[in-house]
Amino acid sequence: MAVLKRLAEGDRPAVEFTLDGEPASGLLGDTLLTAVLTCSEHLRGSDFSAEPRAGFCLMGACQDCWVRLGDGRRVRACSTLLEAGQQISREPGRTL
Amino acid sequence: MKAVVIIGAGPAGIRSAQTLMAHGVRPVLLDEAARGGGQIYRRQPENFKRSAVKLYGFEARKASGLHQTIDALRGQLDYRPETLVWNAEDGALDTLHEGRAARLEFSRVIVATGATDRILPVSGWTLPGVYSLGAAQIALKFQGCAIGERVALCGSGPLLYLVAYQYAKAGARVVAVLDSSPFSAQARALPGLLSQPATLAKGIYYRSWLTAHGIPVHQGATLKRVNGEQRVQSVEWSNAKGEHRLDCDAVAFAHGLRSETQLADLLGCEFAWNPLNRAWLPQRDHAGRSSVAEVYLAGDGAGIMGADAAEMAGERAALALLEDIGYLIPPQRPDSLERSLQRISEFRNGLERAFAFPEHWASETADEVVVCRCEEVLAGDIRKVVREGHWEINRVKAHCRIGMGRCQGRMCGAAAAEIIACESRRPVSEIGRLRAQAPIKPLPFGLEVEP
Repeated sequence: MAVLKRLAEGDRPAVEFTLDGEPASGLLGDTLLTAVLTCSEHLRGSDFSAEPRAGFCLMGACQDCWVRLGDGRRVRACSTLLEAGQQISREPGRTL
Repeated sequence: MKAVVIIGAGPAGIRSAQTLMAHGVRPVLLDEAARGGGQIYRRQPENFKRSAVKLYGFEARKASGLHQTIDALRGQLDYRPETLVWNAEDGALDTLHEGRAARLEFSRVIVATGATDRILPVSGWTLPGVYSLGAAQIALKFQGCAIGERVALCGSGPLLYLVAYQYAKAGARVVAVLDSSPFSAQARALPGLLSQPATLAKGIYYRSWLTAHGIPVHQGATLKRVNGEQRVQSVEWSNAKGEHRLDCDAVAFAHGLRSETQLADLLGCEFAWNPLNRAWLPQRDHAGRSSVAEVYLAGDGAGIMGADAAEMAGERAALALLEDIGYLIPPQRPDSLERSLQRISEFRNGLERAFAFPEHWASETADEVVVCRCEEVLAGDIRKVVREGHWEINRVKAHCRIGMGRCQGRMCGAAAAEIIACESRRPVSEIGRLRAQAPIKPLPFGLEVEP
């Protein structure tokens, strides 16, 4: 399942990446947020309830779309463009 | 020599840069985004192919004009995209670019930091599939995506109808537009709105188009709750006729916009309560001069006026800056810009009446509603602190951490202020102003510092 639905610009080259270790695919020019949410339903777990989150503002303000990359960096998924071979992992979040 | 710096490459920042360059002053233009344009004229990635008309509709000419300006200027001025300004003090800005921190001293700075959606939370707003109206628009313009298969658009403000129109036009299924402001308010606002007939006509066009295409538009309709387990499944809303439920898999909502004022605050600008924006705003004169001699303010970051006004205010602030450092400026231009800005300001007054702030939101919001999505602080947690005797927003923040999470109150600050005011029975103008803190956005570990 997906959250986002592609309506336009579908004829772009595919870009392969992994999501939590599983192979996945997006399109060149996708943000990490678009790539992840067109093939799954969340980006991270909340730090206080572990409930799923899928971003909110898409303009770098809400800080609710952070994901981790294979090199250890944490990045905002809404403002980071997808690159081939990226290993994206979603943090499960925590409960109190 | 210390630089003249512009923060933000949206409509205000780009016109500021153009005006300075035209007079021979070469500024540094800092922007957090990869491509200039700001949010309302956000550009799609370079390999996307949709035309400007497809992306920006009636505003295509303005958007293209702005983009062409930054493209023509980028080789000439010191343009630094993907650069976050995370602190400002003592005549210098702290920046972050590709993991490297640096400090940039300025002689003068134009702050054009823009705005984000103003959010009044409802139960279920943290579920996947719920976004701000601005986010819904960015998903479409910047990524060619809708936020779901069956989308409900809620809240109020001009963006509500614009996003609904853009979504439906792009082939998304809009299941309903739920506008919290009543039709009577919009009828009363008409005289003020007539000061900008072209803009008014566009608003009326969007709404008629929606109705003509069978998209249900409800006025006086309040979003009450978003239901779902792992993602959105339905919304509940109410109007004078009663309670309603609507199946959908995505929701976008907001009540107008709020200014991004953190950097103006850190730069030491004086703030004043602005009833129209229902917010504390850095003070500026008609030209865009702040209370601090070296600091100028332009665009929505100093009060919501929209993109057209931002372009004019950007040029006006740059002219003020030039004049202040001894340049000759075209003598008629400032007056002409200020007159145009005044006309837009009258229209803005009308808009505020048409899309009235939902005064009852705070009293009608249940204790269980999450207000801070960063740390899941509930409306009831805020009220408890107020009942202990605290009413100043920074004190309330110290007690329950509302506004202290990663977003630093960008999403919850306006809502928290309403709840504190309501619970302490004070006007929202008298509970204080959430202070900005550096870094204004999270910084990564392992930051390299440039020598």
